[in-house]
Amino acid sequence: MPDLTQPAGWLPLAFLVVMGLAILIYVVLDGYDLGLGILLGLADEHDSDIMVASIGPFWDANETWLVLGIGVLLTAFPLAHGVVMGALYLPVAAMLFGLILRGVSFDFRVKAHAHHKPWWNRAFCVGSLIAALSQGYMLGLLVVGFERTPANMLFAAFIGLALASGYCLLGAGWLLIKTEGAVQLRAVRWAKHALWLTAFGIAAVSVATPLMSRAIFEKWFDVPQIFLLAPIPLITAGLFLFALVALRRLPAQLAQGREGWAWAPFGAAVAIFVLAFHGLAYSLFPWIVPQRIDLWQAAAAPESLSFILVGVAIVLPLIIAYTIFAYRVFWGKAIHLEYG
Amino acid sequence: MDALGAVTLARLQFAANITFHILFPAITIGLAWVLLYFKLRYNRGAGSAWADAYRLWVKVFALTFAIGIVTGVTMSFQFGTNWPGYMETVGNIAGPLLAYEVLTAFFLEAGFLGIMLFGAGRVSPRVHTLATFLVALGTTISAFWILALNSWMQTPAGYEMIDGRAHATSWLAVLFNPSFPYRFTHMLMASGLTAAFLIAGISAWRWRRGDRRDDVMVALGTGVRLAALLIPLQIFVGDLHGQNTFHRQPAKIAAMEAIWETQRGAPAVLFALPDSERQDNRLEVSIPRLASLYLGHSLDAEVRGLKDFPGKHPPVAPVFFAFRTMVGVGLLMLAVSWTAWWQLRRHGQPGARVLRALVAMTFSGWVALVAGWFVTEIGRQPWLVQGVLSTAQAASSTPAPRIALTLAMYLVLYAVLLVAFISVLFHLAGKAGDTLAAKDAMPIATPSLMGVDVRAEEEDSDQPEVTGHA
Repeated sequence: MPDLTQPAGWLPLAFLVVMGLAILIYVVLDGYDLGLGILLGLADEHDSDIMVASIGPFWDANETWLVLGIGVLLTAFPLAHGVVMGALYLPVAAMLFGLILRGVSFDFRVKAHAHHKPWWNRAFCVGSLIAALSQGYMLGLLVVGFERTPANMLFAAFIGLALASGYCLLGAGWLLIKTEGAVQLRAVRWAKHALWLTAFGIAAVSVATPLMSRAIFEKWFDVPQIFLLAPIPLITAGLFLFALVALRRLPAQLAQGREGWAWAPFGAAVAIFVLAFHGLAYSLFPWIVPQRIDLWQAAAAPESLSFILVGVAIVLPLIIAYTIFAYRVFWGKAIHLEYG
Repeated sequence: MDALGAVTLARLQFAANITFHILFPAITIGLAWVLLYFKLRYNRGAGSAWADAYRLWVKVFALTFAIGIVTGVTMSFQFGTNWPGYMETVGNIAGPLLAYEVLTAFFLEAGFLGIMLFGAGRVSPRVHTLATFLVALGTTISAFWILALNSWMQTPAGYEMIDGRAHATSWLAVLFNPSFPYRFTHMLMASGLTAAFLIAGISAWRWRRGDRRDDVMVALGTGVRLAALLIPLQIFVGDLHGQNTFHRQPAKIAAMEAIWETQRGAPAVLFALPDSERQDNRLEVSIPRLASLYLGHSLDAEVRGLKDFPGKHPPVAPVFFAFRTMVGVGLLMLAVSWTAWWQLRRHGQPGARVLRALVAMTFSGWVALVAGWFVTEIGRQPWLVQGVLSTAQAASSTPAPRIALTLAMYLVLYAVLLVAFISVLFHLAGKAGDTLAAKDAMPIATPSLMGVDVRAEEEDSDQPEVTGHA
């Protein structure tokens, strides 16, 4: 590790934190959008309106966190961006296809001719699913250092499914907060299914990851790391249990008009994502391209990084502040959207 | 497949993506300010027609913005997938500019967009107007950073090369590089013109359908006046931009004018078929000495020819024809907007022929803007960064079939989206008239704020109703 008192040492590290933060925020925020999009495939037309309305004011900004995350990779680690994007060429294209389809469907479904609406709803669902699957697939390839053996690709595809389940859990959790009545009860059922799938996915991925990557195996199972890491799976298991109990009790609670527990599944899902992200970040550090390019090798020149850092230091707190403001403005149960 | 095939495919793919992307920001940058204008007019008590106009065009804005965002996300990946050598060589310069674009602008837009679009009933009118202003400002700042970077690639300044990588020596010199002021102004005006002709064209279309409510009239008037105001300024700025290119990128000018031999008293070529094999023009029609006059401001000024740049000049025919397309559309814009403006002043409404011309010119901004970008981008070839990095050096090693596959995917997707966008645009415009007609006949909803009920029309339901807020 280079001298962290020098700009060339700490600046790349600072940007890694910014990038990690942006990607984590993206995964949680657009995760509920994408999950909700996937669930749209199970909803009828009336439900789909209120479901989409519940993310309407947020999704533009949510997707922008991806641009920030990739933007930091592109701008602070220019030497890695090309390698990563080259290695992930096809899944990136698939994800972009999915994101474009989802994004435009959002607007077209209410603005196009009424009889085209079911088609745009389907496009919304398919786009969300493709985006979620390809994001997981890319993550899988990253973990195995972009080596495309059949076993690795199967592993990556499985992560794709696990991530899509996790997004569904976030999406259903979001619906629990933002909707009421029949949609809310349906969301309880969706959340339960998604919870089991996600739990199974995370467990399987946690077992498979050290087997797929020798470097990660060593990082996990060396003493004393193993004692420091052990709480992560334990807390995760606790969170799953908590969400499960909450979901069991929720229908009865909602019937009595008590909303207090409606937050629990979403909160637990976010916490699970945060923990999984930390496990992953720990496993991959300090590599940008595993075992090939570390963050200091990939970083842009210090004078460029410090120029960007000024902007980040001013703008990031503002972004967070008005994101909170926007969430407060649209607080409460979703209603049908109106332009004005 | 050979390396050239892959590079050509990568260029086609990048061109397809960025061309499709720019169509939408081109509208939103201009339209955002027009929306703010509509809103301010309404706030000042100029009548509900301005609110009605706002309500239609904010929907168009939302749709356009959404497509701009999703295709913009694509761009942030395409740098790496198609041109890894770009960031490796000039990442120290390009990186911060792109980062600032994302930070200051994209977030300003996307963050306040939710409030601008859906927040009218939830925040005070003042905050809502502020959100509209911030979105407009955001789109413009966005353009600032992107145009600064593009201009730096045309006329690099404020940097030094160390071990084959560019390092900034002065960020001010990087940002305000020689071609930036001209290109930025030219682009902002192009965006204003694109929005102006879109608004005028759609309003003229509604007018011709017999939909002659006040909101159609105010939108038509705004579009026509904005176009008539901007187009002479644009021609003036375009000329300054050309002067700058003449001094900074003479090979591009030579391709734009299809001038092969360096000469004094160079002719302005009105039409020709440039032949790069023979290094000459076929079927040339030209006016002697005119190019020297408008480029060098003297009948004897020297204009350098393409043969001065062996192997280092852009392909001539695409640059030559794109430039003529842009100028031709610009002159049409001048004729149509001034005629329409004159008729509005004289008769209070445009004549039938002018209305038809406005409808035909609905997307003329797109044509001129894309043609202009083709001139400046193809005109920079074979360089990616003028004099620093060639396009071929920056290309990725991605196999050609893979690029071809994704290129086909993008093209199909974009074709579908373009058709959907244009048809939905007219659908929205038609529906706006029908809904207002229903409201005129049966005034149930009382518009409280700008956010009067559009729920009914959004859902195609039959009964207009006032939306209650939970």
